[in-house]
Amino acid sequence: MTREDFIAVDRFSFFYGEKQALHDIDMRIPERRVTALIGPSGCGKSTLLRNMNRMNDLIDGVRHRGDIRLNGQSLYDPKVEVISLRKRVGMVFQKYNPFAKTVYENVVFSLRVAGRNRKRELDEVVERSLRSAALWEEVKDRLHDSAFGLSGGQQQRLCIARAIANQPEILLMDEPCAALDPTATLKIESLIRELKEQFTIVIVTHNMEQATRCSDRTAFLYMGRLIEYGDTKQVFENPREDETEAYISGKFS
Amino acid sequence: MAQTNTAFATTGRSRKGEPFVWLTAAGLTIGVILTLGLLGLVVVKGLEVFWPARLVVLEVEPAEGSGQGTAAGTVAGYVVQERVRRDLAGKTHEEIQVFRGNRELHGEKFVFLDRADIAETRQPGDLLLVERLEGGHVIGRAGALELAGGERLEAGAAGFDERLEQLIEESAGRREELKRIEKDQIGRNAKRVKELNLEAKLAGSDAGVAAELAELREEFERLDGERGEIRERLEADHFVVESADGREIRLAGGELLHVFRPNEAGFLGRLGEMFRRGWTFLSSDPREANTEGGVYPAIFGTVVMTLVMSIFVTPFGVIAAIYLREYAKQGHLVRAVRISVNNLAGVPSIVFGVFGLAFFIYFVGGLVDDTFFPDAEEPVYKSGGILWASLTLALLTVPVVIVATEEALAAVPRGVREAALACGASKWQAIQRVVLPASLPGILTGVILAMARGAGEVAPLMLVGVVKSAPDLPIDGVAPFVHPERQFMHLGFHIYDLGFQSPDSEAAKPMVFATTLLLISIVVVMNLAAIVIRNRLRKKYATSSF
Ligand SMILES: Nc1ncnc2c1ncn2[C@@H]1O[C@H](COP(=O)(O)OP(=O)(O)OP(=O)(O)O)[C@@H](O)[C@H]1O
Ligand SMILES: [Mg+2]
Repeated sequence: MTREDFIAVDRFSFFYGEKQALHDIDMRIPERRVTALIGPSGCGKSTLLRNMNRMNDLIDGVRHRGDIRLNGQSLYDPKVEVISLRKRVGMVFQKYNPFAKTVYENVVFSLRVAGRNRKRELDEVVERSLRSAALWEEVKDRLHDSAFGLSGGQQQRLCIARAIANQPEILLMDEPCAALDPTATLKIESLIRELKEQFTIVIVTHNMEQATRCSDRTAFLYMGRLIEYGDTKQVFENPREDETEAYISGKFS
Repeated sequence: MAQTNTAFATTGRSRKGEPFVWLTAAGLTIGVILTLGLLGLVVVKGLEVFWPARLVVLEVEPAEGSGQGTAAGTVAGYVVQERVRRDLAGKTHEEIQVFRGNRELHGEKFVFLDRADIAETRQPGDLLLVERLEGGHVIGRAGALELAGGERLEAGAAGFDERLEQLIEESAGRREELKRIEKDQIGRNAKRVKELNLEAKLAGSDAGVAAELAELREEFERLDGERGEIRERLEADHFVVESADGREIRLAGGELLHVFRPNEAGFLGRLGEMFRRGWTFLSSDPREANTEGGVYPAIFGTVVMTLVMSIFVTPFGVIAAIYLREYAKQGHLVRAVRISVNNLAGVPSIVFGVFGLAFFIYFVGGLVDDTFFPDAEEPVYKSGGILWASLTLALLTVPVVIVATEEALAAVPRGVREAALACGASKWQAIQRVVLPASLPGILTGVILAMARGAGEVAPLMLVGVVKSAPDLPIDGVAPFVHPERQFMHLGFHIYDLGFQSPDSEAAKPMVFATTLLLISIVVVMNLAAIVIRNRLRKKYATSSF
């Protein structure tokens, strides 16, 4: 059974200082589906995504209005610990960013910071996560080499393995294929389709084909507003709004 | 398209920047030339000190109108430098400076001779260069050995050279023995006597203390006897050297350090002698107001002080930088702190010395002495020592480490921090596990710079514990083995002391160059070690090439 409002964004507005980046966003993101956020550069996709694990808290002078609920629980509830929240929400970034550590230590990082150090458990997690990230076969002999020795696509898949190692419920991906070549991109897309069996995935992408290939829902943002949100098929084949149509047909970027 | 003119301009406007390229190249060239010139001078002069020069015998017959007024006679020695002097009448004289040694005969170790006065120059093979404990080198011909039992062995007799070598070796062993008795045994004895006397004064004497004192006195008598015997033995044999002008110098066997025939030695022999001199320089204590012997205590002091300093400065600087960069709210206050830290690097180093003297020695040292050594007769920590010197230098170099660490931290990409936080790490965990390892090479660069700066600093040290002669090392075999309160010697100060405070600056000149070369080499070696470590780390934590 999947929850339709697994992530609930309620009239959410967000400000960087005086600049408002999001205007009253209202959307429901279903459980174990892939939801794509599309829109021109600067429209607020990353801002929205980064609020789902409160990554934007780190920036000075930001404030918000409205609420985001995760499985019914408000993220901004004063009782919520940001650290435990982030354990439930994994994140993959546009620019692959492995740590200056071995492949193995990269994957188990989230377990180590949670104080889980049992070797047996870690070994299992490494194999499972790397298999899920379709990387196991390529790196199983170099687990204890530096992660920087991997190719760009491998590094990005390593980052995905790292993000899912601690079994989060949600996986946020901010343009995960932006720095990759077409082959690596295809690999990661098929990976996303597999991962949605286990995780609720929100992905930001500039690539229309990618959104159609791997997402179930698509949200189109424009100038900080949610213009259109619906099934991917419907949004791309039959957009309700003119701006959406203009954007997906490449009339503006 | 038809081919018209060339696609790219090859001269003219596109080369407008060229002069600036030359300008920058010229800047670099001048810098490199200055650096290499300085290093080259130090290296050549420093190594020259150890290279054994040929000894010459000069027959001096003063010519008409020469300025030096040297008496006629024979001079033996080696040429130190040549120069041209212009006298009052405007006539130029080519002069040479000769090291002739034999201070007891001539008073001065050096003599200037006008080339015009020199009638003849010879290089006899049998000239000796004798190193001795006191009085500087002796130059002359081997005369005879007068041995303890009234036995006399003439030079050239069978077994003479072997007997001389043996004598030198024996005396070295005896001096060693003497030192052991004086420093270890008599020193321990005296210390215990002092303790017992104090005890008796405080608690009233009792039979046990009196008995032990008597025992100690007996032991002292015995040791003193042994000492006297060895001293006598050291004076018993004599080596007679004939100087070039025919006079005799009687050297006690105990004074002899080394005998060398520079004119007979081939290239390999001289090379060997050079290494021997180099090794003596590195490994032995200074003699003769630091103008002879080695600089071992100064090397030891410099290295220990620099290491202790980096042990203090690294954690302190890194922690401060972490707070400044990662935790403090970036506002006016932090900016002010940062500017102050940077300016701290511009404060004259002597000011740090004054601060160290006032704060560490008088205040902290005073407190330590009052609390832990209330009845010591002399100040223990309330006087200059290697600990206070290291702390003072740590303070002096902390801006270097802070600035380098801050830069290294700032260079860690934001993505890496965010990734760590997104994995559920707390801020401290992210810093400790991800940011610090990634910035370690940069931090080490800062530590390297701090070490180089600290090792070369002299002025503040003069106030907080460096002395021209410190017979006891800060780490030795006497319990408790580490003596952070002890004064120490330092190569930088040694250079200053030799060059400008020495009674015989002419004799000290070679030592100045050699010591400078050594200090530079030590800094280079320490830096190289740190660079090797850093490159290892860098390979391990190479930043992702994106
Ligand atoms: N740290 C920040 N401080 C101030 N303004 C910011 C900050 N980050 C983003 N913004 C602004 O918020 C708006 C939305 O930015 P956001 O990064 O969410 O865009 P985006 O849709 O992800 O764009 P892109 O596709 O180029 O990544 C932009 O106008 C941007 O200038
Ligand atoms: Mg973005």
